[in-house]
Amino acid sequence: MQNTFAYFLDQLINGLTLGSIYGLIAIGYTMVYGIIGMINFAHGEIFMIGAFISIITFLILGLAGITWVPLALLIVLIAAMMLTSVYGWALERVAYRPLRGSPRLAALITAIGMSIFFQNYVQLLQSARNKPMQPVISGGVEVMREGDYVVSLGYMQGIIMVLTIVLMAIFSLMIARTTLGRAQRACEQDRDMAALIGVNVDRTISLTFVIGATLASVAGMMFLLYYGVIDFFIGFLAGIKAFTAAVLGGIGSLPGAMLGGLLIGLIEAFWSGYFTVEYKDVAAFSILVLVLIFRPTGLLGKPDIEKV
Amino acid sequence: MAAKTSASPAGRPFDRQAMLKEAGATGLVIFALAFGLLGFRTLDVPGGIDIQYRFGDVAAAVAIGIVGRIALILLRERRPLPVLLTAPPLAVVLLVVLLSKFLFGPETGAELMRFLPFESLVVMWAILIVIVVLGLRAARVHTHMTSVMTAEERDARMDRIGAKVQRAARLLGPLLLGIAVVFPFLPFADRRLLDIGILVVTYIMLGWGLNIVVGLAGLLDLGYVAFYAVGAYSFALLATGLDVSFWVALPFAGLMAATAGVLLGFPVLRLRGDYLAIVTLGFGEMIRIILLNWYEFTNGPDGISGIPRPSFFGLALFKRNVADGHAFHELFGLEFTPIHRIIFLFYLILALALVVNIFTMRIRKLPVGRAWEALREDETACRSLGINPRNTKLTAFGIGAMFGGFAGSFFATRQGFISPESFTFIESAVILAIVVLGGFGSQIGVVIAAILLIGLPEFFRELQQYRMLAFGMAMVLIMIWRPAGLLAHREPTIRLFGKGRAKEAEP
Repeated sequence: MQNTFAYFLDQLINGLTLGSIYGLIAIGYTMVYGIIGMINFAHGEIFMIGAFISIITFLILGLAGITWVPLALLIVLIAAMMLTSVYGWALERVAYRPLRGSPRLAALITAIGMSIFFQNYVQLLQSARNKPMQPVISGGVEVMREGDYVVSLGYMQGIIMVLTIVLMAIFSLMIARTTLGRAQRACEQDRDMAALIGVNVDRTISLTFVIGATLASVAGMMFLLYYGVIDFFIGFLAGIKAFTAAVLGGIGSLPGAMLGGLLIGLIEAFWSGYFTVEYKDVAAFSILVLVLIFRPTGLLGKPDIEKV
Repeated sequence: MAAKTSASPAGRPFDRQAMLKEAGATGLVIFALAFGLLGFRTLDVPGGIDIQYRFGDVAAAVAIGIVGRIALILLRERRPLPVLLTAPPLAVVLLVVLLSKFLFGPETGAELMRFLPFESLVVMWAILIVIVVLGLRAARVHTHMTSVMTAEERDARMDRIGAKVQRAARLLGPLLLGIAVVFPFLPFADRRLLDIGILVVTYIMLGWGLNIVVGLAGLLDLGYVAFYAVGAYSFALLATGLDVSFWVALPFAGLMAATAGVLLGFPVLRLRGDYLAIVTLGFGEMIRIILLNWYEFTNGPDGISGIPRPSFFGLALFKRNVADGHAFHELFGLEFTPIHRIIFLFYLILALALVVNIFTMRIRKLPVGRAWEALREDETACRSLGINPRNTKLTAFGIGAMFGGFAGSFFATRQGFISPESFTFIESAVILAIVVLGGFGSQIGVVIAAILLIGLPEFFRELQQYRMLAFGMAMVLIMIWRPAGLLAHREPTIRLFGKGRAKEAEP
């Protein structure tokens, strides 16, 4: 069965769905790294918080009797994006802004501290149990049939991919065309210079975190809808994989993050499909190690010259 | 709270509206943060989850946030009087309510407790501490008429405190050691206290081991627990599979861990600091996943059980009846009690930890130790002076790993059972937090941090669930206030011209 094209197609669909989620999270890592040069280790936790706010909103909507799926999805999407982005903003304001300009390791330790803090904050407030949710959208389109093996593209998977493409298009346009995008690119190249020509650097960095958190919250909602179960610890693995994606694509490069996300998703899906499910996380970690050793600039990144 | 904005002695103009606006913004942010996750609680019920509302808590959080922000603004604007007048009575009232169970008996206490904004007592104690700190700061601002200390002032002051503690360590170290040595024979040292003591000393040892890597060589290792795991598993497999005794298996386990350290370190140690940290994290998780899934070798998630307890240096066993050989209590003509074994374990880990400490203190003065310190400060300069960064880092990594392996074997023999569950990233983070809080490179700092972070929550069970929350917060606050670590010791161990002359040379 593993040799059929249908099986391959099935893994491809799974991989692209997973890759969309990773790609959305990876953008947050890559943007923050590009603009202030730190690894925002707590970004995975922002994703987890997004998933939690989504599940809570779904439950409230269920109690309020709003069951028309498109409307419910829209409300959840907006609520998750708005509330999670505040977390992204507060994270930068409280933990990272006072440390701007300090050594990289100090910033990384702070980020790890925030990550531990957020995990336990959610665990304390929402308990450590798994939170299951009834599937909201089921069914799908049959793509291919080979014997009695049916490959179908679930509506859920379709929505995830389409939503990702739409968000990425909006986001790319924003970076390329708007004042904010221009300010962001300016800060990325030279923060002092950008400040001198009238760019509000603090505000730009804050907005970077807000945008990253917004995209991560959408990823969190998708994760919840796709897997149907979340807990306070999902941000750790997803965060590392998304970081791997960002490094693979070339950290600091936005198209790289999207590409890296898709690649990591595909690698994970094919690895589980053709080798062993147990070691799928080892696959992601190995890629991280290998890329960092042999090509630290990733696929699309620019070389980073260390100045004395 | 309008009363708080009353007149103040300082003649500077004071924009009351701006203050209220700022406080309002804080309230809004806290509302947005708290509304989703604090306002609604997902409850597990059969067949799904239900929702519970906690809007009271949200309102309390917002109110506390606004009041706190106003207090901070007042201190910043050098108008401490309102804070000075409100903080002490508030603190006293809160303290009385919190202690009312003991002051007025349980029933009145429960009545009074209901007025508290949050159910959790730990949170209320934390709020009390914040009020006290704000009051003290207000008093300071009031008497000095200066605003809060600048970062440099604070840093200089902490440096002085750090240096004082370092000097005191010469006395404090032997004193703590003395306490540790007599600890098992103190009248109140029961089984539970001894267990806590063993745990604390284990973490002190791990902290000292990691301190070599992080504190001395400046390599942030987020996967230290991997070497702990390698040590524990090597020991467990040797002891259960090949029937090797503790004293023979211990060096082997250390050797295996050191080998793992060198093998993992070799390809990655040329990476830049933050990348290295992430890669070590990846390695740590990889080792855990392999332990979890390599069923034939490690027994997978079921772990390895029946790991033999250590014998008394191969001479006697800690058992009531021994078929062949001697029993410990017979050897010394004592009455049998199971606590003998616990006391022996305590001394065992104490000795192991001291070995690490003495080793570290000595190696700091050797060329390789000084090269670590130099490498931590400036790698590029070291390279141009002819120090081989990779080999130097490898020794630090390998030695740190070896001590982690020793601690792992001790863990295995003490527990009698190990499984991959014990070696998660959280464990690495806890050890790192000990090193960070204690101050990179400070041996006594690790001891204090381990007692605070491990001993205290073990002792007060109620703190347990808040432990990791506080860890995370402490890591952030210390990095903001004092990035070098609370009791940092970044002085070079040996100076070329002695300390006085080096000072003179500085401009």
